[in-house]
Amino acid sequence: MRAGALRRNASPLRHLAARHPGGVVAASVLGAIALAVILAPLIAPQNPFDLKSFDVLDAGIPPSWLAGSDERFLLGTDAQGRDLWSAILYGTRISLTVGLFAVVIQAAIGVPLGLLAGYAGGRMDAFVTRAADIQLSLSTLMMAIIALALFRAALGGESLGRFAVPLLVVVIGVAEWPHFARTARAATQVEAAKDYVRAARALGVTTFGLMWRHILPNIASPLIVIAATQVAGAIMAEAALSFLGLGMPVTKPSLGTLIRSGYDLMFAGAWWITILPGLVLIGLLVSVNGLGDVLRDALDPRRRAD
Amino acid sequence: MRALLAGLGFATGRLIQAMLVMLAILLIAFAVRSALGDPLREIMGEAVPESERAELRHELGLDAPWPVQLARYLGGAVQGDLGTSTIYKRPTLEVILAKFPASFELVLGASLIVLLLSLPAGIYCAVRPRAWGARLILAISVLGISIPVFLTGIFLITIFSVWLGWLPAFGRGETIRLGPWETGLLTADGLAHLILPALTLSSIMLPFFIRLVRGAMLDELGHDYVRTARAKGASPLRVWLSHALRNALLPLAAIGGLQIGTLIAYTLLTETVFQWPGMGFLFLEAVTRADIPLITTYLVFVGLLFVVTNTLVDIVSLLLDPRIGLEGER
Repeated sequence: MRAGALRRNASPLRHLAARHPGGVVAASVLGAIALAVILAPLIAPQNPFDLKSFDVLDAGIPPSWLAGSDERFLLGTDAQGRDLWSAILYGTRISLTVGLFAVVIQAAIGVPLGLLAGYAGGRMDAFVTRAADIQLSLSTLMMAIIALALFRAALGGESLGRFAVPLLVVVIGVAEWPHFARTARAATQVEAAKDYVRAARALGVTTFGLMWRHILPNIASPLIVIAATQVAGAIMAEAALSFLGLGMPVTKPSLGTLIRSGYDLMFAGAWWITILPGLVLIGLLVSVNGLGDVLRDALDPRRRAD
Repeated sequence: MRALLAGLGFATGRLIQAMLVMLAILLIAFAVRSALGDPLREIMGEAVPESERAELRHELGLDAPWPVQLARYLGGAVQGDLGTSTIYKRPTLEVILAKFPASFELVLGASLIVLLLSLPAGIYCAVRPRAWGARLILAISVLGISIPVFLTGIFLITIFSVWLGWLPAFGRGETIRLGPWETGLLTADGLAHLILPALTLSSIMLPFFIRLVRGAMLDELGHDYVRTARAKGASPLRVWLSHALRNALLPLAAIGGLQIGTLIAYTLLTETVFQWPGMGFLFLEAVTRADIPLITTYLVFVGLLFVVTNTLVDIVSLLLDPRIGLEGER
C-alpha cells in the first residue's frame, strides 16, 4: 500500500526530471548547498564569527592548489585571517536565512492582502492594487539602501552590525510584498467565482474560513512558484546591501560582505577572497532560479499545456 | 478641442500630484534632519560650554519652534538651498550637482548599449522564436538575471583589467570641463574608462529589456494590422520595424521610465565597484561619515528625479497614444 503510494508520487517527479535535466542539476546543487549550510558547524574547521578562533597573521593565504598555501586552509584565508571555507559556509547560511525569512515576511503581508483584495473586490481591491503599484514603483533595492543608510547614519556602523540580520529581513521583506499580493489577488478572483466557493458560502462558512481554508489551498501553486523567484531576489538584495557596507558587518560576514572585504585585496593578488564567495553566490542564485523555473513548469497549468 | 482640454486637465492633475509627492519627500528629509543632524556638534565639537551653545543655537535659529524651522527649510528648498555638507563645507546641492555628470554619462553609456543590443535581440527572439540563436539569447539572459551587478563588474575588471590589461578599472580618467558640466566623453581616456562600468550597468538591464522587447513584439505581431500589412505585400523587415516595432516601443518606453528607482540603485552599485565618482559613490561616502545634510539632499534629489521621470512618462504616454483613455482612470 505504502509502496504503491510512493510509486504514484514518484512517477510525476521522474517525468519532470526527464523533461528538465537542468532542473535536476539545480535541485542537486541547491540540495548540496542546503546540506552543507545546515551541517556547517560540523563541517567547518573553525567558527568564523568567533574572533578568537583565527589570527590576523594568517591573512591572505592562498587556496590549497596555489603556491604559498597552508594545509590548514583548504580555500585559503580572508583579509582578517579567517578560514575562507568556513567563512563561505557560514556566510551562505546567513544569505539563505535572510532570503527565506524575508520571503516569509513578504508572503505574510502580501498573501492576506491579495486574498482580501481578490475576494472582497471593490474599494478594498482598488486600494490594495494602488498601494502595490506605488510600492513597486519605489524600487526595493533603492528603498532598502535608503532605510539602512539612515539607520547607519543615525546609530552608527556598530549598531547596524548588531541588528543586521533582523533589519535586512524586515527591509527586504516589507518592500517586496506586492508580488505576493498581485499573484494572490489574481488567483483568488478566479477561484472566488467557482462553484465550490459558492457552495461553501451557501453552507454558512465564514468569510475568513472561506478565504483561509477553501481558497488559500487552491491558490498555493502560483504562490509557491513566485516564492522561489522571490527567494533568489532576496538573496541578491542581501548580497548587494552587504557589498555596499549597509548589511552584514565584517565580524559576521555574509557572502556579500566577503566579496566586499576581499575586493580591496584583489589587486594585491588575493583574488580568491572575492571570486570564490562570488561563485558560490552565483551558484546559489542560478540554482534557486532554475528550481523556480521547474516549479513554474510543474505547477502552472497554462505552461503545462504547451 | 474637448480632447485637448481633457489632456491639459490630465497634465495639470499629474503636475499637482508630482508637487504633493515632492512636498512629502521634503517633509521626510526635514524630519530626518531634525532627528539625526545636530549642526552644533558639527560646527563646534563636543567641548564647548552650554552657554555658548545656546547663543549659537539662537543665532542659527535652531531654538525656534519646529513649524518655523520647517517653513525656513521649505523656503530654502524652493530656492535650491538644502543645507551645507559637513564633509565638504559647501552647499549640499552644489556638491551633488558637481557629481551628477559622472552618473549621467554612466547611465547614458549603459542605455546606449541596452538600446543597441536589446532591440535587435528582442525582435529576433520574437520573429524567430524557435531558432537556435533565440534560445541561446534567452538562456544567456536567464543567467544574466542570476548574476548580481557588482559581481559582473568584478569579473569584467578581473578579465579586462587584471588579466588582459586592456581597459582601466577605476575612476573616470581624463575629463574636460564644459561650463558646469565635467565630461569624460570627449577624451579617449575618458571613453576607455567608461566602457567597463557602462557594460556592467547594461548587463543587469539587458535581460529585462530583451524580454520586454520580445514580449511587446510578440503581442503586436499577433494583431490584425500586421496581417493586413503582410497581405498587402510589405516585406517582413518592413512589417517588423515600421509597423510592429513602432507600436511596441510605447509601452516599452513607459515601463523603462518607471524603472528609474531600480536604475539609480544599480548605478550606485556599479559606481561602488568602479570607484566611479558619481552621486551614488558620494552618497555612500556621506553615509559612512554621517553627513546628514548631504544624505537628506541626496534623498530629495533622487526623489525629484523619480517624480519628474514618472510625470513625464505619464504625460508623454498620453500624448503619443490616443488609446489611453482619459476617463479610463480608476
